[in-house]
Amino acid sequence: MDTKHIRNSINSWLYPSLTFGTLLLIWWLASARGYLSEQFFPTPAAFVTGFREEFASGSLLRDTLASLSRVAAGYALSVAAGVPLGMILGTVLGARLALLPLLNFLRSLSPLAWIPFAIFWIGIGHGAVIFLIVIAALPTIALSTMAAVAGIPKVYFRVAQDYDLKGIHRLTRVIFPAILPQLVTTLRVAMGLCWLVMVAGEMLAGNTGLGYLIHDANNGLRLDLIVVGMVMIGLLGMLCDRLLMFLTRLPGIRWGYDR
Amino acid sequence: MSTGSISIKGLSHSYGATAVLKDIHLDVSPGEFVAIVGPSGSGKSTLLSLLSGYLKPTSGVLERTGTTRTVHQADGLYPWLTVEGNLALGLPKLDAASKRRAVSDMVGRIGLTGFEKAFPHALSGGMRQRVEIGRALCGGTDVLMLDEPFSALDYLTRLKMRGELCRLLEDQPRTVILVTHDIEEATQLADRVLVLSERPASIVYELKIDVPRPRDVTAPGVVDATKAVLKAMGYEP
Repeated sequence: MDTKHIRNSINSWLYPSLTFGTLLLIWWLASARGYLSEQFFPTPAAFVTGFREEFASGSLLRDTLASLSRVAAGYALSVAAGVPLGMILGTVLGARLALLPLLNFLRSLSPLAWIPFAIFWIGIGHGAVIFLIVIAALPTIALSTMAAVAGIPKVYFRVAQDYDLKGIHRLTRVIFPAILPQLVTTLRVAMGLCWLVMVAGEMLAGNTGLGYLIHDANNGLRLDLIVVGMVMIGLLGMLCDRLLMFLTRLPGIRWGYDR
Repeated sequence: MSTGSISIKGLSHSYGATAVLKDIHLDVSPGEFVAIVGPSGSGKSTLLSLLSGYLKPTSGVLERTGTTRTVHQADGLYPWLTVEGNLALGLPKLDAASKRRAVSDMVGRIGLTGFEKAFPHALSGGMRQRVEIGRALCGGTDVLMLDEPFSALDYLTRLKMRGELCRLLEDQPRTVILVTHDIEEATQLADRVLVLSERPASIVYELKIDVPRPRDVTAPGVVDATKAVLKAMGYEP
């Protein structure tokens, strides 16, 4: 049992390392042998030089922090508003009838369509990007929280009635814990969405950040810096998802994954 | 002593145009153990939902005294709470210290000492049902409704659970309504067995069983009663 556990944890590092290692090797070989022209994709050496340059000047750190803080703010706002809204939609029929079409309309509308208004109302920079993140993530979080509430087994409500869990207690001690496992999945999906919108938002309505780094590098035809931006975005996105995945191990949530 | 009683007069219920229960009359006295059996789809569960107050009858009179709690077929425990947490749900009005005492007392009664901190998904089906029964008995419930409580268990576990239910009820007598399709379970446990007809269901047969509990499943009184019920339902000549 113990050796199996150790082997699993070694493999969970070894296998992904092999995948990334192979990709790096292909990249390096293709560049070295001239299959991959520098006009179309930077060489690994150019990438490393570009990375060092950006890191040394401090602009990589600045852009990373700008992007992270926007995602953090937009995500926090979306979760803080979206989860309660979804719980209300799931429990109050009137709210559902009134708001569901609007939320579905907003969800079907690409958040990028809001870019002109975001710039017009708020101006280029932090606020506009956060606005775009919220307008993308909030409807998704609210709708999927609502679906989670709708999927709660009826027997839980009958038990709630027998044990006198009414009103606010029904909400906090039955409905909320019952949807937690699904909520964690929602939070992970929403995080991915925020990350996508952040990049697009910064490219079109930002003046700093990793998205803007790519946009700026594109204007200057710095392919190496484009890849630097891409790598940072991908790695940080993975890290955020990993952090959220730890939630699934909490005792009040694990039941939803262990059955 | 339990004080829960039930009185039903001319109760009927339908879902839209589908009549499920028709003209049911039933009096259950405090401390009595009544089993309701019938073919599947006969409205047994609807009757239980009406008795527990979860549904309102389309017509007729239903009077209840005392608090009512239902033990469900399976998955009635809250999976996000431990065994202790689920049992504590039954004791909302106690202060923390007496609650702890009462919970640990119930854990002992249902034979789950050592599993206090376990979550339901880590328990076997039989253990989960014991916790559900324990939760329903916590805090002086008057009427215990059992909605096919052992039907998700294997035969031997079912036999064992019947014994444990008898033992728990001996310590803490309650008025009990058991809904089941397991006729043997009904005759082994109940003071009175009621047979429902096909839909729209009414009570077509009633049998009193005056054999003291706990009863063996093969005790003559139980076997005779099983035969009588099966005969009333048309399964034996």
